[in-house]
Amino acid sequence: MTDASQNAGPMLAADGTPLKQSLARSLRRQKLRALLLVAPLLLFVLFSFIVPIASMLFRSVENSIVQETLPLTVEALQSWDENSGELPDEAVYDAFVRDMVVAVDNKTHTRLGSRLNYEETGMSSMFRRSGRKMGKLDPETDGPFKAQVIEIHEGWGDPKTWAVIKTHSPAVTNGYFLNAVDMRRTPEGAQSQPEDKQILIKLFGRTLFMSLVITASCILLAYPVSYLLATLPMRVSNMLMILVLLPFWTSLLVRTSAWKVMLQQQGVINETLVWLGLVADDARLVIINNQIGTIIAMTHILLPFMILPMYSVMQTIPPSYTRAAKSMGATNWTTFWRIYFPQSIPGIGAGSILVFILAIGYYITPEIVGGTKGVFISNRIAYHISSSLNWGLAAALGTILLGVVLLLYWVYDKIVGIDNVKLG
Amino acid sequence: MKPTKTLLTAAAIATAAGGVSAEEMTIVSWGGAYSKSQLKAYHEPYSEKTGVTILNDDSSAEAVAKLRAMNEAGNITWDVVDVVASDAIRLCDEGLAMEIDFDTQLAAAPDGTPASEDFGDLLVSDCFIPQIVYSTTFGYRTDLVGDNPPSDICAIFDLENYPGKRSLEKRPINNMEWALLCDGVAKEDVYDVLATPEGQEQALKKLDTIKDNVVWWSAGADTPQLLADGEVVMGSTYNGRLFSVIEEQKQPVAMLWDAQVFDLDGWIIPAGLSEERKQRALDYIMFATDTQRLADQAKYISYGPARASSAPLVGQHADLGIDMAPHMPTDPENAKNTFLYNYEFWADYRDDIDAKFQAWLAQ
Repeated sequence: MTDASQNAGPMLAADGTPLKQSLARSLRRQKLRALLLVAPLLLFVLFSFIVPIASMLFRSVENSIVQETLPLTVEALQSWDENSGELPDEAVYDAFVRDMVVAVDNKTHTRLGSRLNYEETGMSSMFRRSGRKMGKLDPETDGPFKAQVIEIHEGWGDPKTWAVIKTHSPAVTNGYFLNAVDMRRTPEGAQSQPEDKQILIKLFGRTLFMSLVITASCILLAYPVSYLLATLPMRVSNMLMILVLLPFWTSLLVRTSAWKVMLQQQGVINETLVWLGLVADDARLVIINNQIGTIIAMTHILLPFMILPMYSVMQTIPPSYTRAAKSMGATNWTTFWRIYFPQSIPGIGAGSILVFILAIGYYITPEIVGGTKGVFISNRIAYHISSSLNWGLAAALGTILLGVVLLLYWVYDKIVGIDNVKLG
Repeated sequence: MKPTKTLLTAAAIATAAGGVSAEEMTIVSWGGAYSKSQLKAYHEPYSEKTGVTILNDDSSAEAVAKLRAMNEAGNITWDVVDVVASDAIRLCDEGLAMEIDFDTQLAAAPDGTPASEDFGDLLVSDCFIPQIVYSTTFGYRTDLVGDNPPSDICAIFDLENYPGKRSLEKRPINNMEWALLCDGVAKEDVYDVLATPEGQEQALKKLDTIKDNVVWWSAGADTPQLLADGEVVMGSTYNGRLFSVIEEQKQPVAMLWDAQVFDLDGWIIPAGLSEERKQRALDYIMFATDTQRLADQAKYISYGPARASSAPLVGQHADLGIDMAPHMPTDPENAKNTFLYNYEFWADYRDDIDAKFQAWLAQ
């Protein structure tokens, strides 16, 4: 037995190397070549998609600015009890002056001020105003500092200030996520925001609800259109297709602004209704700057994303099935509901996912026609990115939104099945 | 192999230079009529004098966020940026704008007054070179107010005499101040009251009385459009926008200057430019903010020059040929009752009050 296998030896390739090895080598070369071919795409996706998303996820918990700007203070504050209601001792003030002298030199103290101002109103000006005077102190000779620092700005004589610094000192924080769900980080642990500042949960709910309504109205409107497109003679359906695609090629802003002209109280729709006598002049319809405006405009803008997948699925449904059903005595309704509709579901699924995911992140249209009741969570994200510069909170909101979309996707997969989606 | 290598080297050099050749600079502003006024008053004469090509980027609305992103990426592509004062303070706080020595880096007035005195109180930040004084104020439809045109800011809260919709900006700044003024708070106490939770509640309560009749705007062009279409009977916006509705488009609209809120707009130079680009930016700033240039800008748009020495030089509109002085927010006739935007207050309270304001809006 041993002899036999030794005699047979490993199978050799023409050049004398074992066949297994030579096969593996050539396979590896092939794989490498394939990898090289997809490398541009992979790298592109990596750098333009995965890295930014990862860095956004990271931003929502990143908080090293406090430790980096005030390293000695943060350390000295460890031994101070923030719930005691008393001011920290001289050691903390001494460390604080040392940190501030360096920070003022690097001009990072005001940056920290804006960061802490998200948590406690007034911190921004406290750091800005104190900066100049504290930068001039000499940590070695000018001490003790407690009284001097409080003299520079009375805010440093408030235990709450130090509690805020200590509470927000960890380099990794859950503070932004707490803020994103209308809560906040306090020395006593997580607490809900005061009632008059709670808005984000409401906006999340509204975003989901309105996206669902928009998806549903897209289905209702797109289904008959796609059916016509798929069943009419080619020449007519091509014309119809152009009508579907024309708005699709028009700028989003132009379409949204056009809706403004249509929907406003002195707009085309209201003027027509008043002229026809259907609506009294002093009781014109309010169909813009509210939820209705957002739903109408977004349904119109997202409609092609529903029509196109539906149409391409419906095109593949053989007409002979419905003819067969009818020949066996089914009514029109039964034929549609039992034969045609089930076959068109993959198109509805694909369109719904597309429309819903696009809708949930929409920003421009709700901003222009949404007024106050028709805006989405994305409008808040945009505000925190470009106006308040609270990127941590914006990242936390974005992360939650991403999580919600993934969750819904999973639910959809469980209920409808993701295999049951076709784009054609 | 060789040509490829040369190409690559050329590409590398171009990248290293940030894609900016020696004769170009990128200036960021707001776009529209405002950028046009800068093009005529500053850019064209400067290019003529120095041969530098000026590229325009209309990104001022997102300037703070973009500068922060550029700073993090370590690649600053802008040379001079036009921002409002509150944004300049923010940029200065974040270390994203360069500090300016006003007396050595800006031109003195023709009579020798140093720049720091010529600009005076308008130098609200170490990084900010003011250019214009603009105001946020109201315009109203003359045909919709009957025989009783409004002359008092509180007309916006008076639904009885002035029924119809009004447009207000979708943010707390200015609206909260007006609400308190019209709720009996004295002008000098407004910010003290607004600093307390009770005062904030009082302002929102006052706004509550007209909430159903407000169209909220977020772009400066909204109110002019709403006024022109007759959607609103009165609305707030920047005074230059109203000037163009009234004088250029001849719409039946008039100004309500009462309690106009003064604000500043001007230049910053991003921090972290290379020495060469920094010198060019400073050279441009020195030229573009001198007395004559600031007065020239008022020929194209109705914003008041930020230098005291420029005011007497303000002339007529370049195309319409009308005197610009009576259209300036700083004209004594218009500035009888004014309000100065409190930058420090809003830098502190913006996050807090904005959250409350947005929650109130969503109710």
